[in-house]
Amino acid sequence: MSKYSVAVNGKWCKSCGICVAYCPKKIFALTAKKKMIVEQEENCIGCKMCENRCPDLALTITKKEDKTNG
Amino acid sequence: MDNNKLLQGNQACAMGAIKAGVKFCAGYPITPSSEIMEILAEELPKVEGKFIQMEDEIASVGAIIGASVMGVKSLTPTSGPGFDLKQENIAFAAMAEIPVVIVDVQRSGPSTGGATICAQGDLMQAKYGRSGDCPIIALYPNSVKEIYKTTIRAFNLAEKYMTPVILLLDETIGHMRENINVDDYQDMEIINRNFPEESATDYLPYRPDESGVVRLVPFGNDKGYRYVISGMHHTENGMPSIAKNSIQNSIERINGKIDKNKEEIWEWEEIDTEDAETLVIACGCVSRSAVEAVKVARSKGYKAGLFRPITIWPFLDEPLKEALKNIKTVIVPEMNQGQLVHKINELINKDVKVVQLNIFDGSLIMPEQIIEVIEEACHK
Amino acid sequence: MSIRDYVKEDVFPLFTCPGCTHGTVINTFLRAADELKLDRDKTVIVCAIGCAGRTPTYLDFNVLRVTHGRALAFATGVKLARPDVKVIVFMGDGDALAIGGNHFIHAARRNIGITAVVLRNEIYGMTGGQYAPTTPVGAKATTAPYGMIEPSFDTCKLAASAGATYVARGDIFNLNNLYNVMKSALQHKGFALVEALTSCPIQFGRRNKVSDPAKMVQRIKNMVVTKAVAEKLSTEEQAEKFIIGEFVNTREIELTERYAKLLDINKKENEVVITMS
Repeated sequence: MSKYSVAVNGKWCKSCGICVAYCPKKIFALTAKKKMIVEQEENCIGCKMCENRCPDLALTITKKEDKTNG
Repeated sequence: MDNNKLLQGNQACAMGAIKAGVKFCAGYPITPSSEIMEILAEELPKVEGKFIQMEDEIASVGAIIGASVMGVKSLTPTSGPGFDLKQENIAFAAMAEIPVVIVDVQRSGPSTGGATICAQGDLMQAKYGRSGDCPIIALYPNSVKEIYKTTIRAFNLAEKYMTPVILLLDETIGHMRENINVDDYQDMEIINRNFPEESATDYLPYRPDESGVVRLVPFGNDKGYRYVISGMHHTENGMPSIAKNSIQNSIERINGKIDKNKEEIWEWEEIDTEDAETLVIACGCVSRSAVEAVKVARSKGYKAGLFRPITIWPFLDEPLKEALKNIKTVIVPEMNQGQLVHKINELINKDVKVVQLNIFDGSLIMPEQIIEVIEEACHK
Repeated sequence: MSIRDYVKEDVFPLFTCPGCTHGTVINTFLRAADELKLDRDKTVIVCAIGCAGRTPTYLDFNVLRVTHGRALAFATGVKLARPDVKVIVFMGDGDALAIGGNHFIHAARRNIGITAVVLRNEIYGMTGGQYAPTTPVGAKATTAPYGMIEPSFDTCKLAASAGATYVARGDIFNLNNLYNVMKSALQHKGFALVEALTSCPIQFGRRNKVSDPAKMVQRIKNMVVTKAVAEKLSTEEQAEKFIIGEFVNTREIELTERYAKLLDINKKENEVVITMS
């Protein structure tokens, strides 16, 4: 499991594909209908490249709370 | 101390502006208006104000609108070709409802024309020089004393109605010296724009009050009022919108606030109009000759009178209609090819004869020339 | 705070076309503003017309959106009226360098305390793809159907030679550099210019066979080199590239500081009396 959660604001995202191309772990994908989806959230390494590159401020990467140390 | 002084018209304009509380002037050199900014460049630092000579006229009016957005009373002086350049940003001030004063010391045009040649060619431009249905207030004093107090009034109207105000001067009046005692105007009311009563959270910058006027909090305030000022059609929160009702509302309001309050904006002078049958209608330097002409005509037995608009825009429809009631002949002397006369023709019924006297060769219209027209018109 | 706290969420999404990276510059600006804890009540953003001019109206700041090309002229009045306020100007390349070129060089000459960001997307986007003074030679635009024949402006050299005391270039691929120069520009006292290379996949890209937004970003990546890399290139090779990084960073007396001095002198030398000569 990834330590990070990837939130997409569906109303702001225009599915331009910049995050798809520049995520080093390729966690995003475009569907056949060219809609952006998060395909492999578990691979997110929290580098925030997608969040910082997003021209529509539609992506937020947050660190999940560490529940094991409760 | 005797404060009786001999002042030039342009000087009186600068002094009136200081009295009104102007703290910022931006300008670009152009004859015959340059003295106004030269004097303000010297005087403003003494009252902790600032002057800047910008790179052109467009920048000058832009800079004063920027300063006014910060709550600072601002002015830019110019003349013909510079007035042309300023129009787009004057329209911005009208649309975004930012109070500023633009002084146009008229010179002979079109184009470069004659820099020191007196002419009255910008009356229509003051009203119609911009695209869209752009509202404006324009004032037209005819003496050094009147320039002083009308400059103050220009700021008062700008601040009260949140709108640009144009002060039209004639080259001759701008450069003429007359006696004035500014102490006489010590008690003139100085109006400053109103601020909203509601808190920042409830604030809608473009929601007008009962009189149709908006209350814009200066940017840079520490009370959390944050909003957008834009020349686009906008909603009450200032955000651009081209929804039908936003367009309709914004055009109606910016024009309506002037129209609704025109009685307070109007100022004019009438001489011997009570029983007059011949009415001379003139403004600026021409009206000075007209005063003399009417006096002489009266002494010769002609029932002549003078109607002198001091507020040019919004036009004095009702007061002029009233003054025209028993008039048989109207004489309109102007130092242009006939501009004021168009508005007069709109108001006149067919039985009234309108005689134009248009001299635009740079020479001033003399009382004798107006008397001649009065005599001719009355004998026909 | 999150950068979302600096935008008007109720008016989002941004009006921009899919893949327009003007938003990436805004994103970077907001991160820098957040890091610097910019006081929004003491900040005025001035912008004008076009895609770059419209974007800042979506920010929760005091925003003055003016006539095409005139943002710096209005901003000059804003700054002189209130020197304590931070003034930030966002302009497009047509806005800053074509219609507003005169204001651009004079604001730089005056060294007035304004942070100016020029978003260089090499085209007039909002009006439908006409060529800009930054459109590369050979590129197509609606008004250059046979390819652009005019040379482009070097915004940074222009600003530097006009007297700007902070000059830097960034781009929407190398975001660390863009973030750093944006931060430095916002902290600079004097006229600070950041040129940000952005991509317009619709009006520029579609006409020039790179309509994919990600490929447009790649195109920018290929256009730029860091100063360190540029030093190893020949003059001809350098001319093909945009060098990114800081070019000028000096501290000269700023215009409102000069004015404050002048007012001080006047206070001492003159009574506050209006002379009547």
